Amino acid sequence: MSDLPAEVESWIGQRRYEENGEFDVERGYIFTSCSSVQNGNPLYWDEETANELTGGPIAPPSMISVWFRPHYWSPGRTEEAVAMQLHFDLKAALGLPEAVMTDNTITFHEPVRIGDRLKTVQILRSVSAFKTTKLGTGRFWVLDMEIGNQNGELCAIESYTGFGYNRS
Amino acid sequence: MQTKELRLAQISIGAELPELRIEVTPSTVVLGAIAARDWRPMHHDKDFAQERNGTRHIFINTPHNAAYFERYITDWTGPKGRLGKIQFRMSDSVFPGDTMVFRGKVDAVGTDDRGCGWVDLSIDLEVGEKTPTRCKARVAIPIDADDNPWKRRGDDWKPVPSA
Repeated sequence: MSDLPAEVESWIGQRRYEENGEFDVERGYIFTSCSSVQNGNPLYWDEETANELTGGPIAPPSMISVWFRPHYWSPGRTEEAVAMQLHFDLKAALGLPEAVMTDNTITFHEPVRIGDRLKTVQILRSVSAFKTTKLGTGRFWVLDMEIGNQNGELCAIESYTGFGYNRS
Repeated sequence: MQTKELRLAQISIGAELPELRIEVTPSTVVLGAIAARDWRPMHHDKDFAQERNGTRHIFINTPHNAAYFERYITDWTGPKGRLGKIQFRMSDSVFPGDTMVFRGKVDAVGTDDRGCGWVDLSIDLEVGEKTPTRCKARVAIPIDADDNPWKRRGDDWKPVPSA
């Protein structure tokens, strides 16, 4: 029998937080991301290559999470907005104040293009029993984020394993 | 613009990718966090990282790891290489002062039932004697000069192999 709170148990498999990105996909962030890892792929720097290979500029696939992370602040917001609210809901509901991500799997589908506005939905897949690691004692959870574009096309499925814990 | 283009026939199982070394500084970590729009303080505030996360310094975040893996893979394939899937486990963090060394090898080479060429890779991100992150990646590679994996859509694009 599960020792999870009933509320958390009920979240498993539920599609939660269906949200739209706060801004259109744009090149400034693409250049910043490529610069941050010295990615010289001409697909992201050379218009001609982008036109030839992908019919115009696209974003590096690994940037997928950039396009739905909320602004640090925006007018009217009184609390910090976070990218994966479900992750923070789990920390609160399970009384585990610290958390890190341990695993990340991304499956890439339709490329993300300049001007796209992405949509996301979060799905809790599982929560483990208590485990102790070098960081502390807590639980692992697996969250999926499905990411689509404004045309209803699937762009990526991102799966995270998080570890929420109390420090040793 | 002249660009590199790796084709499927040039790749064999067990082949090694060129090593990549990156010296990590606080700027590396913070730049990656900003580029990823990740405002969480453990990626820019050393006191927070030490006091709340129990780590020795700020550390590289998950999307920044992903961006490094993508760069490492497409440095090797050229721009026609199209990522289908990456999967990585971060068993330890990467901190300022570390030297990251990326090493990769080819685990599988083949084509799917739509004629798309695929290569499966294992990539280790090493720091000294440790391997903080291990990655598996699946990348589409052109089979000839006329092939372009980026043109594949719908049923012709299978980033997850059929069961």
